[in-house]
Amino acid sequence: MSAAADWPGGVHRALSDLGVGQVAFVPDAGLTRLIKLCEADSGMRTIVLTSEQEGIALAAGAWLGGARTAVLMQSSGVGNIVNMLSLARTCRFPLFMLVTMRGERDEVNEWQKPMGEATPRVLELAGVGVRRAEQVGEVVEMATQAARDAYESERREAVLIAQAVIGVKSFDE
Amino acid sequence: MSAPSLGRRAVVAALLKDRDGAPAVLGLGACVWDAAAVGDDPLNFGLWGAMGGAVPIGLGLALAQPERRVLVITGDGEMLMGLGSLATVAVQRPSNLVIAVIDNERYGETGMQPTHTAHGVDLAAIAAGAGFPVARRVDDAAGLSAALPPWYGAPGPLLLDIKVTAEPVPLVLPPRDGEHLKDRFREALLGSISVL
Repeated sequence: MSAAADWPGGVHRALSDLGVGQVAFVPDAGLTRLIKLCEADSGMRTIVLTSEQEGIALAAGAWLGGARTAVLMQSSGVGNIVNMLSLARTCRFPLFMLVTMRGERDEVNEWQKPMGEATPRVLELAGVGVRRAEQVGEVVEMATQAARDAYESERREAVLIAQAVIGVKSFDE
Repeated sequence: MSAPSLGRRAVVAALLKDRDGAPAVLGLGACVWDAAAVGDDPLNFGLWGAMGGAVPIGLGLALAQPERRVLVITGDGEMLMGLGSLATVAVQRPSNLVIAVIDNERYGETGMQPTHTAHGVDLAAIAAGAGFPVARRVDDAAGLSAALPPWYGAPGPLLLDIKVTAEPVPLVLPPRDGEHLKDRFREALLGSISVL
Protein backbone atom coordinates (compact mmCIF):
# COMPACT_ATOMS: atom_id res chain seq x y z
CA MET A 1 0.00 0.00 0.00
CA SER A 2 1.39 3.40 -0.92
CA ALA A 3 1.65 6.05 1.77
CA ALA A 4 -1.13 8.05 0.13
CA ALA A 5 -3.43 5.03 -0.09
CA ASP A 6 -2.91 4.26 3.58
CA TRP A 7 -5.04 7.15 4.76
CA PRO A 8 -6.01 5.38 7.99
CA GLY A 9 -2.33 5.11 8.96
CA GLY A 10 -1.76 8.76 8.16
CA VAL A 11 -4.85 9.93 10.05
CA HIS A 12 -3.90 7.81 13.05
CA ARG A 13 -0.42 9.33 13.13
CA ALA A 14 -1.87 12.83 12.84
CA LEU A 15 -4.30 12.24 15.70
CA SER A 16 -1.50 10.83 17.80
CA ASP A 17 0.74 13.80 17.02
CA LEU A 18 -2.08 16.16 18.02
CA GLY A 19 -2.44 14.39 21.36
CA VAL A 20 -5.90 12.95 20.80
CA GLY A 21 -6.67 10.81 23.84
CA GLN A 22 -10.21 9.62 23.15
CA VAL A 23 -11.54 8.14 19.93
CA ALA A 24 -15.31 7.58 19.90
CA PHE A 25 -17.22 5.87 17.14
CA VAL A 26 -20.11 3.92 15.82
CA PRO A 27 -18.27 1.60 13.45
CA ASP A 28 -18.34 1.77 9.67
CA ALA A 29 -16.66 -0.68 7.31
CA GLY A 30 -14.65 2.20 5.87
CA LEU A 31 -13.30 3.05 9.32
CA THR A 32 -12.20 -0.47 10.22
CA ARG A 33 -8.46 0.01 9.82
CA LEU A 34 -8.40 3.40 11.55
CA ILE A 35 -10.36 1.99 14.48
CA LYS A 36 -7.93 -0.95 14.76
CA LEU A 37 -4.94 1.39 14.76
CA CYS A 38 -6.50 3.51 17.50
CA GLU A 39 -7.39 0.44 19.57
CA ALA A 40 -3.79 -0.73 19.35
CA ASP A 41 -2.47 2.68 20.50
CA SER A 42 -1.92 2.74 24.26
CA GLY A 43 -2.20 6.52 24.24
CA MET A 44 -5.76 6.42 22.91
CA ARG A 45 -8.93 5.31 24.64
CA THR A 46 -11.44 3.93 22.13
CA ILE A 47 -15.12 4.26 23.02
CA VAL A 48 -17.77 2.41 21.06
CA LEU A 49 -21.07 4.33 21.13
CA THR A 50 -24.65 3.15 20.85
CA SER A 51 -25.55 6.34 18.97
CA GLU A 52 -23.36 9.01 17.43
CA GLN A 53 -24.94 11.74 19.57
CA GLU A 54 -23.13 10.26 22.56
CA GLY A 55 -19.86 11.06 20.81
CA ILE A 56 -20.63 14.77 20.57
CA ALA A 57 -21.42 14.90 24.29
CA LEU A 58 -18.44 12.72 25.19
CA ALA A 59 -16.08 15.01 23.24
CA ALA A 60 -17.44 17.98 25.22
CA GLY A 61 -16.88 16.21 28.53
CA ALA A 62 -13.39 15.15 27.51
CA TRP A 63 -12.53 18.76 26.65
CA LEU A 64 -13.85 19.88 30.04
CA GLY A 65 -11.32 17.44 31.47
CA GLY A 66 -8.49 18.60 29.22
CA ALA A 67 -8.56 15.79 26.64
CA ARG A 68 -8.93 15.87 22.87
CA THR A 69 -11.40 13.57 21.13
CA ALA A 70 -11.97 12.40 17.58
CA VAL A 71 -15.48 11.24 16.67
CA LEU A 72 -15.78 8.77 13.80
CA MET A 73 -19.03 7.87 12.07
CA GLN A 74 -20.75 6.94 8.86
CA SER A 75 -22.87 9.61 7.15
CA SER A 76 -26.10 8.08 8.45
CA GLY A 77 -24.84 8.94 11.93
CA VAL A 78 -24.87 12.64 11.12
CA GLY A 79 -28.64 12.42 11.32
CA ASN A 80 -28.33 11.27 14.91
CA ILE A 81 -26.22 14.14 16.19
CA VAL A 82 -28.11 17.24 15.11
CA ASN A 83 -29.52 18.46 18.42
CA MET A 84 -26.37 17.53 20.34
CA LEU A 85 -24.37 19.76 17.99
CA SER A 86 -26.07 22.69 19.72
CA LEU A 87 -24.02 21.79 22.81
CA ALA A 88 -20.79 22.08 20.84
CA ARG A 89 -21.85 25.29 19.15
CA THR A 90 -23.37 27.11 22.14
CA CYS A 91 -20.43 26.36 24.43
CA ARG A 92 -17.85 26.58 21.65
CA PHE A 93 -16.47 23.11 22.28
CA PRO A 94 -13.87 21.85 19.84
CA LEU A 95 -15.23 19.00 17.76
CA PHE A 96 -13.43 16.98 15.12
CA MET A 97 -15.47 14.44 13.15
CA LEU A 98 -14.41 12.04 10.45
CA VAL A 99 -17.41 10.91 8.38
CA THR A 100 -17.30 8.11 5.85
CA MET A 101 -19.94 8.63 3.17
CA ARG A 102 -22.69 6.26 2.11
CA GLY A 103 -25.39 6.79 -0.47
CA GLU A 104 -23.09 8.10 -3.16
CA ARG A 105 -21.85 6.75 -6.48
CA ASP A 106 -22.72 3.08 -7.06
CA GLU A 107 -24.44 2.75 -3.68
CA VAL A 108 -26.49 -0.42 -3.77
CA ASN A 109 -28.62 0.33 -0.72
CA GLU A 110 -31.26 2.93 -1.55
CA TRP A 111 -31.96 3.48 2.15
CA GLN A 112 -28.54 5.11 2.54
CA LYS A 113 -29.17 7.80 -0.04
CA PRO A 114 -31.39 10.34 1.78
CA MET A 115 -28.99 10.87 4.67
CA GLY A 116 -25.95 10.66 2.42
CA GLU A 117 -27.33 13.42 0.23
CA ALA A 118 -28.30 15.58 3.22
CA THR A 119 -25.09 15.12 5.21
CA PRO A 120 -23.05 18.15 4.09
CA ARG A 121 -25.97 20.56 4.32
CA VAL A 122 -27.10 19.23 7.69
CA LEU A 123 -23.63 19.80 9.10
CA GLU A 124 -23.34 23.26 7.58
CA LEU A 125 -26.76 24.28 8.91
CA ALA A 126 -25.63 23.20 12.37
CA GLY A 127 -22.54 25.37 12.19
CA VAL A 128 -19.96 22.71 11.40
CA GLY A 129 -17.18 23.42 8.92
CA VAL A 130 -17.19 20.80 6.16
CA ARG A 131 -14.29 19.55 4.10
CA ARG A 132 -14.74 16.78 1.57
CA ALA A 133 -12.02 14.41 0.42
CA GLU A 134 -12.70 13.10 -3.08
CA GLN A 135 -9.27 11.53 -3.59
CA VAL A 136 -7.48 9.17 -1.30
CA GLY A 137 -4.39 11.39 -1.37
CA GLU A 138 -6.34 14.29 0.16
CA VAL A 139 -7.60 12.63 3.30
CA VAL A 140 -4.64 12.90 5.66
CA GLU A 141 -3.85 16.56 5.05
CA MET A 142 -7.51 17.53 5.19
CA ALA A 143 -8.09 15.61 8.42
CA THR A 144 -4.94 17.02 10.01
CA GLN A 145 -5.92 20.58 9.16
CA ALA A 146 -9.51 20.12 10.34
CA ALA A 147 -8.44 18.53 13.60
CA ARG A 148 -5.93 21.28 14.25
CA ASP A 149 -8.56 23.95 13.57
CA ALA A 150 -10.94 22.19 15.93
CA TYR A 151 -8.60 21.82 18.89
CA GLU A 152 -6.54 24.95 18.53
CA SER A 153 -9.37 27.36 17.69
CA GLU A 154 -12.26 25.59 19.44
CA ARG A 155 -14.12 25.04 16.18
CA ARG A 156 -16.53 22.39 14.90
CA GLU A 157 -14.99 20.66 11.89
CA ALA A 158 -15.93 17.60 9.84
CA VAL A 159 -14.08 15.79 7.08
CA LEU A 160 -16.31 13.80 4.75
CA ILE A 161 -14.55 10.93 3.02
CA ALA A 162 -16.22 10.24 -0.33
CA GLN A 163 -17.53 6.77 -0.96
CA ALA A 164 -15.21 6.62 -3.98
CA VAL A 165 -12.27 6.68 -1.54
CA ILE A 166 -13.71 3.98 0.73
CA GLY A 167 -15.23 1.73 -1.91
CA VAL A 168 -18.81 0.59 -2.17
CA LYS A 169 -20.15 -1.79 0.48
CA SER A 170 -20.70 -5.21 -0.98
CA PHE A 171 -23.24 -7.59 0.49
CA ASP A 172 -21.27 -10.52 -0.98
CA GLU A 173 -18.32 -10.16 1.42
CA MET B 1 -45.03 0.81 46.86
CA SER B 2 -45.43 3.95 48.95
CA ALA B 3 -45.44 7.46 47.49
CA PRO B 4 -42.04 9.16 47.34
CA SER B 5 -41.13 11.14 50.44
CA LEU B 6 -37.82 12.75 49.51
CA GLY B 7 -37.67 16.33 48.27
CA ARG B 8 -35.37 16.96 45.32
CA ARG B 9 -33.60 20.00 46.79
CA ALA B 10 -32.55 18.14 49.93
CA VAL B 11 -31.40 15.16 47.84
CA VAL B 12 -29.22 17.23 45.53
CA ALA B 13 -27.82 19.16 48.50
CA ALA B 14 -26.89 15.83 50.12
CA LEU B 15 -25.27 14.58 46.91
CA LEU B 16 -23.14 17.73 46.61
CA LYS B 17 -22.41 18.32 50.28
CA ASP B 18 -19.15 16.40 50.57
CA ARG B 19 -18.05 16.71 46.94
CA ASP B 20 -14.60 17.93 47.99
CA GLY B 21 -13.80 19.54 44.65
CA ALA B 22 -15.41 16.85 42.51
CA PRO B 23 -16.67 18.19 39.17
CA ALA B 24 -20.39 17.80 38.52
CA VAL B 25 -22.41 17.56 35.30
CA LEU B 26 -26.05 18.57 35.75
CA GLY B 27 -28.74 17.44 33.34
CA LEU B 28 -31.01 20.06 31.89
CA GLY B 29 -33.90 21.47 33.81
CA ALA B 30 -34.57 21.08 37.48
CA CYS B 31 -31.24 19.45 38.39
CA VAL B 32 -29.46 22.61 37.22
CA TRP B 33 -31.71 24.75 39.40
CA ASP B 34 -31.30 22.33 42.34
CA ALA B 35 -27.51 22.62 42.16
CA ALA B 36 -27.78 26.40 41.86
CA ALA B 37 -29.87 26.42 45.03
CA VAL B 38 -26.98 24.70 46.81
CA GLY B 39 -24.65 27.40 45.47
CA ASP B 40 -23.03 28.34 42.19
CA ASP B 41 -19.73 26.54 41.63
CA PRO B 42 -17.32 26.78 38.70
CA LEU B 43 -17.02 22.98 38.78
CA ASN B 44 -20.73 22.66 37.97
CA PHE B 45 -21.38 22.16 34.29
CA GLY B 46 -25.13 22.69 33.99
CA LEU B 47 -26.93 21.94 30.75
CA TRP B 48 -29.62 24.24 29.34
CA GLY B 49 -30.16 21.90 26.39
CA ALA B 50 -28.41 18.81 24.97
CA MET B 51 -31.04 16.47 26.41
CA GLY B 52 -29.64 12.96 26.74
CA GLY B 53 -26.08 14.27 26.97
CA ALA B 54 -25.40 14.45 30.70
CA VAL B 55 -24.09 10.89 31.09
CA PRO B 56 -21.82 10.87 28.01
CA ILE B 57 -20.43 14.29 29.02
CA GLY B 58 -19.68 12.77 32.41
CA LEU B 59 -18.06 9.78 30.73
CA GLY B 60 -15.72 11.90 28.61
CA LEU B 61 -14.78 13.90 31.69
CA ALA B 62 -14.29 10.80 33.85
CA LEU B 63 -12.01 9.18 31.26
CA ALA B 64 -10.02 12.41 30.91
CA GLN B 65 -9.66 12.82 34.69
CA PRO B 66 -9.39 9.28 36.08
CA GLU B 67 -8.09 10.46 39.45
CA ARG B 68 -11.15 12.59 40.19
CA ARG B 69 -14.61 11.46 41.13
CA VAL B 70 -17.05 12.78 38.51
CA LEU B 71 -20.67 13.37 39.55
CA VAL B 72 -23.58 13.34 37.11
CA ILE B 73 -26.91 14.47 38.50
CA THR B 74 -29.80 14.39 36.07
CA GLY B 75 -33.52 13.86 35.75
CA ASP B 76 -35.47 10.81 34.69
CA GLY B 77 -36.62 12.36 31.41
CA GLU B 78 -33.08 13.41 30.51
CA MET B 79 -31.74 9.94 31.41
CA LEU B 80 -34.43 8.20 29.38
CA MET B 81 -33.36 10.12 26.26
CA GLY B 82 -29.81 8.82 26.70
CA LEU B 83 -30.39 5.23 27.83
CA GLY B 84 -27.86 3.95 25.32
CA SER B 85 -25.17 5.90 27.12
CA LEU B 86 -25.59 3.58 30.12
CA ALA B 87 -24.46 0.72 27.88
CA THR B 88 -21.54 2.80 26.67
CA VAL B 89 -20.52 3.63 30.24
CA ALA B 90 -20.84 0.00 31.31
CA VAL B 91 -18.44 -1.08 28.57
CA GLN B 92 -15.89 1.60 29.53
CA ARG B 93 -16.33 0.91 33.25
CA PRO B 94 -14.92 4.18 34.61
CA SER B 95 -14.51 3.54 38.34
CA ASN B 96 -14.68 7.29 39.06
CA LEU B 97 -18.07 8.00 37.44
CA VAL B 98 -21.23 8.16 39.55
CA ILE B 99 -24.70 9.00 38.27
CA ALA B 100 -27.72 10.07 40.31
CA VAL B 101 -31.11 10.26 38.64
CA ILE B 102 -33.45 12.60 40.48
CA ASP B 103 -36.57 10.70 39.52
CA ASN B 104 -39.85 12.56 39.97
CA GLU B 105 -41.44 10.50 37.18
CA ARG B 106 -42.27 13.71 35.34
CA TYR B 107 -41.12 15.88 32.45
CA GLY B 108 -40.78 18.86 34.76
CA GLU B 109 -39.97 21.61 32.28
CA THR B 110 -42.84 20.94 29.91
CA GLY B 111 -45.90 20.60 32.11
CA MET B 112 -45.18 17.69 34.45
CA GLN B 113 -46.28 14.99 32.04
CA PRO B 114 -45.52 11.45 33.32
CA THR B 115 -42.29 9.89 32.06
CA HIS B 116 -41.74 6.20 31.44
CA THR B 117 -40.59 5.70 35.03
CA ALA B 118 -44.12 6.65 36.14
CA HIS B 119 -45.24 3.58 34.24
CA GLY B 120 -42.76 1.25 35.91
CA VAL B 121 -39.61 1.55 33.82
CA ASP B 122 -36.80 0.82 36.30
CA LEU B 123 -33.63 2.80 35.59
CA ALA B 124 -31.56 1.01 38.25
CA ALA B 125 -32.48 -2.35 36.72
CA ILE B 126 -31.51 -1.05 33.28
CA ALA B 127 -28.13 0.12 34.60
CA ALA B 128 -27.61 -3.21 36.37
CA GLY B 129 -28.54 -5.05 33.20
CA ALA B 130 -26.02 -2.96 31.28
CA GLY B 131 -23.33 -4.10 33.72
CA PHE B 132 -23.02 -1.33 36.31
CA PRO B 133 -21.39 -2.90 39.39
CA VAL B 134 -23.54 -0.69 41.65
CA ALA B 135 -27.06 0.33 40.65
CA ARG B 136 -29.73 0.85 43.23
CA ARG B 137 -33.04 2.50 43.75
CA VAL B 138 -33.52 4.93 46.64
CA ASP B 139 -37.03 5.45 47.99
CA ASP B 140 -36.66 7.22 51.33
CA ALA B 141 -34.34 8.98 53.77
CA ALA B 142 -32.91 5.72 55.08
CA GLY B 143 -32.14 4.60 51.54
CA LEU B 144 -30.46 7.91 50.80
CA SER B 145 -28.31 7.69 53.94
CA ALA B 146 -27.26 4.20 52.92
CA ALA B 147 -26.49 5.32 49.36
CA LEU B 148 -24.25 8.28 50.22
CA PRO B 149 -21.14 6.30 51.26
CA PRO B 150 -21.01 4.40 47.95
CA TRP B 151 -21.82 7.65 46.07
CA TYR B 152 -18.61 9.11 47.40
CA GLY B 153 -16.53 5.99 47.82
CA ALA B 154 -17.49 2.80 46.01
CA PRO B 155 -15.75 1.92 42.75
CA GLY B 156 -18.06 2.87 39.89
CA PRO B 157 -19.64 3.22 37.58
CA LEU B 158 -22.54 3.65 39.94
CA LEU B 159 -26.14 4.68 39.37
CA LEU B 160 -28.66 5.76 41.97
CA ASP B 161 -32.29 6.12 40.89
CA ILE B 162 -33.63 8.40 43.61
CA LYS B 163 -37.40 8.71 43.79
CA VAL B 164 -38.49 12.24 44.77
CA THR B 165 -41.79 14.05 45.09
CA ALA B 166 -43.11 16.01 42.14
CA GLU B 167 -43.82 19.08 44.25
CA PRO B 168 -42.76 22.36 42.64
CA VAL B 169 -39.70 24.16 44.02
CA PRO B 170 -38.61 27.77 43.49
CA LEU B 171 -36.54 28.53 40.39
CA VAL B 172 -32.90 29.31 41.17
CA LEU B 173 -30.98 30.04 37.99
CA PRO B 174 -27.20 29.85 37.59
CA PRO B 175 -25.28 31.47 34.70
CA ARG B 176 -26.29 30.10 31.31
CA ASP B 177 -23.72 31.45 28.87
CA GLY B 178 -22.24 28.25 27.48
CA GLU B 179 -18.78 29.57 26.69
CA HIS B 180 -18.54 31.11 30.13
CA LEU B 181 -19.62 27.88 31.82
CA LYS B 182 -17.10 25.88 29.83
CA ASP B 183 -14.19 28.29 30.28
CA ARG B 184 -14.65 28.78 34.01
CA PHE B 185 -15.02 25.02 34.51
CA ARG B 186 -11.76 24.35 32.65
CA GLU B 187 -9.97 27.12 34.48
CA ALA B 188 -11.13 25.76 37.85
CA LEU B 189 -10.19 22.19 36.94
CA LEU B 190 -7.13 22.62 34.76
CA GLY B 191 -5.74 26.05 35.63
CA SER B 192 -5.69 29.35 33.78
CA ILE B 193 -3.52 28.00 30.94
CA SER B 194 -6.57 26.06 29.75
CA VAL B 195 -8.46 29.11 28.55
CA LEU B 196 -5.65 30.72 26.58
